[in-house]
Amino acid sequence: MDANKLAEQFQQKIDADIKIEPQDWMPDEYRKTLIRQISQHAHSEIVGMLPEGNWITRAPSLRRKAILLAKVQDEAGHGLYLYSAAETLGITRDEMYYQLHSGKAKYSSIFNYPTLTWADMGAIGWLVDGAAIMNQVPLSRCSYGPYARAMVRICKEESFHQRQGFEILLTLSKGNAAQRKMCQDAINRWWWPSLMMFGPTDNDSPHTAQSMKWKIKRFTNDELRQKFVDVCAEQVKFLGMTLPDKDLKWNEERKHYDFGPINWEEFWNVVKGNGPCNKERLATRVQAWEDGAWVREAALAYEEKKSARKYAFQNTAKSTENAPAFQ
Amino acid sequence: MNIHITKFFYGDYGEIEGGAPAPVNNREWPLWEVFIRSKQGLDHKHVGSLHAADAAMAIENARDVYTRRMEGVSIWVVESKYIHASNPTEAGALYDPANDKIYRHPTFYQLPDELKYM
Repeated sequence: MDANKLAEQFQQKIDADIKIEPQDWMPDEYRKTLIRQISQHAHSEIVGMLPEGNWITRAPSLRRKAILLAKVQDEAGHGLYLYSAAETLGITRDEMYYQLHSGKAKYSSIFNYPTLTWADMGAIGWLVDGAAIMNQVPLSRCSYGPYARAMVRICKEESFHQRQGFEILLTLSKGNAAQRKMCQDAINRWWWPSLMMFGPTDNDSPHTAQSMKWKIKRFTNDELRQKFVDVCAEQVKFLGMTLPDKDLKWNEERKHYDFGPINWEEFWNVVKGNGPCNKERLATRVQAWEDGAWVREAALAYEEKKSARKYAFQNTAKSTENAPAFQ
Repeated sequence: MNIHITKFFYGDYGEIEGGAPAPVNNREWPLWEVFIRSKQGLDHKHVGSLHAADAAMAIENARDVYTRRMEGVSIWVVESKYIHASNPTEAGALYDPANDKIYRHPTFYQLPDELKYM
């Protein structure tokens, strides 16, 4: 069958909302786009453990510590679901790690900001995980089966992350003046980077049209960002705090909140590696990988030793079996 | 500042710095497929895959990756290279024998409505 015919059948399946599975024919560009998107999403989950890991040993109570540990463990799990999904497209895990560690692949720029106070754990849960959920819910209907299934699991677990974050902020908002100040400060620092998480503003790039056509993406960055602003502008009222945007205002005509301009220069600067923590995050990640090398090697050596023994034993058993009984 | 805006998607930040292709690693832990029985009486169901050096490690990792919220009471793991699958491009021919045999379904048979317990 020629490529045009295959491409046509492929698009018909997508249009009919039939999921694409690993062994199905797919255009090279679809495969490439997915590998890039899923692996970078996975990297974001893995690097995303670092800013929060920073506070595990300093959590204010045992309850908070246990919760934060569970959350960070979830992020590791999310990274693994996604790496597995990407591997079904024909890239190896090690290749993906290599792309991350060499700086070739990117991860969400939000994780290049520092976590300065305990309130940041709350702001990350509420805003960063909130923004992630906004993006991930539509991705769970993505046309590629393994990615969609991974996203379903992730979305189920992510809701706990957001709620625990909001609860941290809610507790601080009812505390003393210093605690309330800490709460507002964390919101101020995380609000704009969270809005940047949705990616650059929409334009008529052919890339968007293609991903929409392939149903990899279902909403544009600006649609999702607007939805996020609308939700947060209401939620912040429960905290008695404010979002750091003097232009934030309900627009009765649009039935949406208007909001101020985003500093895209800062966004691109962080994406390009010049954020406050880019070097530290990547160095930590690379060191973890290198420090684990002997463990990976030892586990393989142990497995090889065991299977060699098993093989030798089976062979001995066989030769005795075949030996004449009277010898 | 002159910035060229390219459209990126969530989790997709482009490949800004190039880089050499990854060196080939022949010592990667093998890939395992994981199947979980969510409760007694139900089938094991495929949930995903993971890397592990051996079966015992695969089961332990599967516990940590796929059952953090008591999603399972039993885990099967099998090395992915041992899974054989039907070829989707041959699906038409493979399932063809069943296509025209609607008489295998109970609803194929027209019986009087008054007939009970059947």
